[in-house]
Amino acid sequence: MAECGASGSGSSGDSLDKSITLPPDEIFRNLENAKRFAIDIGGSLTKLAYYSTVQHKVAKVRSFDHSDKDTEQDHEPPYEISVQEEVTARLHFVKFENTYIEACLDFIKDHLVNTETKVIQATGGGAYKFKDLIEEKLQLKVDKEDVMTCLIKGCNFVLKNIPQEAFVYQKGSNPEFRFQTHQPSVFPYLLVSVGSGVSIVKVETEDRFEWIGGSSIGGGTFWGLGALLTKTKSFDELLHLASRGQHANVDMLVQDIYGGAHQTLGLSGNLIASSFGKSATADTEFSKEDMAKSLLHMISNDIGQLACLYAKLHCLDRVYFGGFFIRGHPVTMRTITYSINFFSKGEVQALFLRHEGYLGAIGAFLKGAEQDNPNQYSWEENYAGSSGLMSSSPELCPTQRARSGTFDLLEMDRLERPLVNLPLLLDPSSYVPDTVDLTDDALARKYWLTCFEEALDGVVKRAVASQPGSVDAAERAEKFRQKYWDKLQTLRYQPFAYGTLTVRSLLDTREHCLNEFNFPDPYSKVKQKDNGVALKCFQRVIHSLDALGWEERQLALVKGLLAGNVFDWGAKAVSDVLESDPQFGFEEAKRKLQERPWLVDSYSNWLQRLKGPPHKCALIFADNSGVDVILGVFPFVRELLSRGTEVILACNSGPALNDVTYSESLIVAERIAAMDPVVRSALREERLLLTRTGSSSPCLDLRTWSGPCEGGHIWALGPLASQSVPELILQC
Amino acid sequence: MLKLGGGGGGGGQDWACSVAGTGLGGEEAAFEVARLGDPGKAGCRGPGWGCAGIPNSAPGVGMLQAGAGGPERGGQGVEEVGAPAGGGEERPARHPPAPALRLLNRKPQGGSGEIKTPENDLQRGRLSRAPRAAPTAPGMGDHGGQPERSAPHAPGTPAGAGAAVVNGLLHNGFHPPPIQPPRLCSRSLPGGGDAAPPRLPLQPELQPQPPPPQHDSPAKKCRLRRRMDSGRKNRPPFPWFGMDIGGTLVKLVYFEPKDITAEEEQEEVENLKSIRKYLTSNTAYGKTGIRDVHLELKNLTMCGRKGNLHFIRFPSCAMHRFIQMGSEKNFSSLHTSLCATGGGAFKFEEDFRTIADLQLHKLDELDCLIQGLLYVDSIGFNGKPECYYFENPTNPELCQKRPYCLDNPYPMLLVNMGSGVSILAVYSKDNYKRVTGTSLGGGTFLGLCCLLTGCETFEEALEMAAKGDSTNVDKLVKDIYGGDYERFGLQGSAVASSFGNMMSKEKRDSISKEDLARATLVTITNNIGSIARMCALNENIDRVVFVGNFLRINMVSMKLLAYAMDFWSKGQLKALFLEHEGYFGAVGALLELFKMTDDQ
Repeated sequence: MAECGASGSGSSGDSLDKSITLPPDEIFRNLENAKRFAIDIGGSLTKLAYYSTVQHKVAKVRSFDHSDKDTEQDHEPPYEISVQEEVTARLHFVKFENTYIEACLDFIKDHLVNTETKVIQATGGGAYKFKDLIEEKLQLKVDKEDVMTCLIKGCNFVLKNIPQEAFVYQKGSNPEFRFQTHQPSVFPYLLVSVGSGVSIVKVETEDRFEWIGGSSIGGGTFWGLGALLTKTKSFDELLHLASRGQHANVDMLVQDIYGGAHQTLGLSGNLIASSFGKSATADTEFSKEDMAKSLLHMISNDIGQLACLYAKLHCLDRVYFGGFFIRGHPVTMRTITYSINFFSKGEVQALFLRHEGYLGAIGAFLKGAEQDNPNQYSWEENYAGSSGLMSSSPELCPTQRARSGTFDLLEMDRLERPLVNLPLLLDPSSYVPDTVDLTDDALARKYWLTCFEEALDGVVKRAVASQPGSVDAAERAEKFRQKYWDKLQTLRYQPFAYGTLTVRSLLDTREHCLNEFNFPDPYSKVKQKDNGVALKCFQRVIHSLDALGWEERQLALVKGLLAGNVFDWGAKAVSDVLESDPQFGFEEAKRKLQERPWLVDSYSNWLQRLKGPPHKCALIFADNSGVDVILGVFPFVRELLSRGTEVILACNSGPALNDVTYSESLIVAERIAAMDPVVRSALREERLLLTRTGSSSPCLDLRTWSGPCEGGHIWALGPLASQSVPELILQC
Repeated sequence: MLKLGGGGGGGGQDWACSVAGTGLGGEEAAFEVARLGDPGKAGCRGPGWGCAGIPNSAPGVGMLQAGAGGPERGGQGVEEVGAPAGGGEERPARHPPAPALRLLNRKPQGGSGEIKTPENDLQRGRLSRAPRAAPTAPGMGDHGGQPERSAPHAPGTPAGAGAAVVNGLLHNGFHPPPIQPPRLCSRSLPGGGDAAPPRLPLQPELQPQPPPPQHDSPAKKCRLRRRMDSGRKNRPPFPWFGMDIGGTLVKLVYFEPKDITAEEEQEEVENLKSIRKYLTSNTAYGKTGIRDVHLELKNLTMCGRKGNLHFIRFPSCAMHRFIQMGSEKNFSSLHTSLCATGGGAFKFEEDFRTIADLQLHKLDELDCLIQGLLYVDSIGFNGKPECYYFENPTNPELCQKRPYCLDNPYPMLLVNMGSGVSILAVYSKDNYKRVTGTSLGGGTFLGLCCLLTGCETFEEALEMAAKGDSTNVDKLVKDIYGGDYERFGLQGSAVASSFGNMMSKEKRDSISKEDLARATLVTITNNIGSIARMCALNENIDRVVFVGNFLRINMVSMKLLAYAMDFWSKGQLKALFLEHEGYFGAVGALLELFKMTDDQ
């Protein structure tokens, strides 16, 4: 492993530039504000962790001072936008080969500004070996942390914060990676860490875990014994050999002992009766490939068997595998999975972790940051700054391979507030927020990736346009283009890089990339303009609605809700319309609506329901801006309010596409209240509440809710009149 | 159970004899039990006749004799050989054998099956018996009957005291309670001296048969008559062999009759004599065949004949030469039955038939293993105990081999270490299940040693291992943590990574073959120990019996296993070993020969 880098083959890598494929400042980012350091030095890889703050631009909206109503002209925007600097916390994790450790420490030393840092938390076997080097280079005191404690802390952290962290691996099935849905509780579980040896740990709570066993036959055995048998030096090379070998040439199989009779006896002749059994009796030469394969099977089977025995003894069915033997290698994940299925007869699932390599570093970092208690926050994987799961499988994209051999990054952003499952979610563990799994559906994946590629020009243009005063906007936009383009290419080859690939994750990734290059809200101007135009039409729309009979009005209101969503977001069609005809109006959109019955049409039921008593409370998720929210959602909200229903209108916390943000929704509501007495009194009496979703994603994910909730089931919406649980939830 | 072995032994024996010898169906068995009139005894006999009912569900198969029954039971071989997994291709996990085969499988399948208890056998026996008022099929449990059956034919001890041996043999699994005099002593007591007269051996040919049950079938009556007519009819013709054809080694046991009368000697055909002389006057055969003289069981009575039991082994790759020899010596003219177990019994069956004109009687290898083990333990090792353990296993200076009394062996975890490893939980002589297995066994040790050191034989590999130091090869806890890993209570001297030091090229270049051999031995042994220990915990069994040829001349592994069991269980588990470590399957096969002849 240490020797598998693109060019670093065993030398101590005195020049960083020649061996690192990315400029170092794109690897050790935000060092100037870095404060807590932690390092995990394994047998071949070093993982560095640090906490830093990121200053980035955010778009803020602010109402104009309306004291002088006369100045309000038709062409004037409804509110002003300003770009401000904001500081957010970010965790950085960098993984590189031990070969580069000295060069990396030098780089860090040179760029480290913060002088408060005095200590570096260190873990991993190499922490002892490199202690002096670290202390000398960084002038930081090395504080050694227990390996296993760090590993478990890290594991708990990723399982809690990253929704699609754990996956099962089935070679050859589609998709090969099947990510687990977020579990409400991650405990208890068994962690099998396959490093040089194997440690088996039972984790019961955040702080309670127990080493219940281990085995000396692990990755070190594969590597050491494999190197002796095949004269192959590196771990990766051995794996590669193994992937091409035929173990049956070396192993004694059941059919070798039973002959052809195994079939009539119902035996599976391919079972291994004795690993390396043939080399004990036959006097032939064995190929390196075959021996490597036999060794891989022997070790994987043994680990799987022991893991099953321990799982059985402790009644656990969730078993996570980690350690360098596993680390994203399809070959070992496959054999371990096979072994676990075999020995547990399907009762135990072998689970792998996307960020398995970082667990120790994350844990060491958390140990050092205990006074800040990072565990009280929610953290989110930043797709722009993270490499994603890199398969070291050689058949995959060669550029990825080169990078995985050198540097790998993980960045996590601290969220404003802890995220929880929406308390109304019936069964959070089975909830899947996405309709299409693009890891699963290759055709759909191709289609959407192409869509996003084709839409990229437009996004870049819009990003530049959103910051007319900025001198470097064009340059940054180009960087954005490059970054997002790279991500899309990565996802073509490794759709599982960030968990299950969905349209939502593609959009989120784009938002992260835009933010990365300080385009916090490329649509801010568009939204401002759309909102302005729509606000002007509001009263006219309300008048015409009020002129309709009750039944007619209900249909018109529902059509209004649909009108803004005629086209799905992100789709090429909507991009075209957004680009070419920003003026496209409400009535026009309504006209484009199909005649009933719609594809999913429950309007009749809805109408029936409306004839009954009013709903107590409605929770409405709004997206888009302008016509959709102002002429579609608000008239509908108004109607509900008139019926005596309380309404909670939830908008995104941060910008995403042209979706109305929470702060924009406040202004919009305020402007509508000025025109409409129903909305005005509802706001005043707090029968209409505006709230944040906690998301900055164009798609709804009810697992990450930051809105009010208490006790997990009772809503305490501040001053909401009756504190009632919403009876009606709408996504608009 | 214990009671039977003690006071009621005679009755039980009697019963067993009649069941076994005459092929009673369930009905008769029930009758016999009723006669015993002891529910406790009945319960403990359960497995025997409980099973008898089972073949009724498949009458056709039930008619088969023991030997022929072999193949079907061999279906279990799936589980048995089924050493771990491996084959990395997308194969589904093993399926249990087809239901038809399972009918004959008295053992639960491969670890996941129910644990057989006398109770549920009893239950099953009753249930299956009920509708079958007068079964004609001699669908007897060959498990149930077998040991009892062989009893009457082996009334001798080394000291020539028939009865006691019968006791030992008969009551495997029904050993007398501890109040009894020391085992060896009690075994060598002459029959008449035994406290309980009913325990007298019942040799059909010497003693009156028990009165036939009133409602015997005509067939049975006929058979009984025949047996009374000739004491020799139910004794198989010489030579007596039991064979276990494993993946690496063929184990052969040969009974050499020492009580041959002059008349017999005259009658003895030439090639039979030459076989006897060849086998007994040599200790090595060809280039690779070896007789383990030190294991020879002397002055033994088997099937009514006195003689010596010889233990011979040769590599499985020499099997074809062996068959060829059988053909050249015209072995088939002796009309003997060749009982064989192990996978090779299946693999070479065709060759035996076509080349040597010999019909193999294929036997289930785990059945043979257990019956052979119980038998050899019961007769002892020429007056010495067969079973032993290591005292003070964690203290190298005080660690010593000590005899162990396996009179009451259940439950035991039986770890059979051949080329691969099978682990069985044994609850009574015929109630056991295969818990698991591992492909890291003796074959792995030798295979890796051959590749790593260029050695060619097990002896060579062990000799090198004896001189080596595995800590140069393995990465120890202290190599990683600088000392003990206190957080988890791991000693610095514990192996953290087998072959872990070999990740470094410099260390690879300077390592000795002896060190490599030692590390291979330690790695394989510790791994087996670790799996066995986990199985013992999961099965809640505290006695772990290690057998198999991996332990041959392998004191290093035995002491390691003894250490590992004791240390990691904090003294809860005991590792036991047996002198005839690798030969039990072959002995079990020989025992089947006697039983099979009875059935005929």
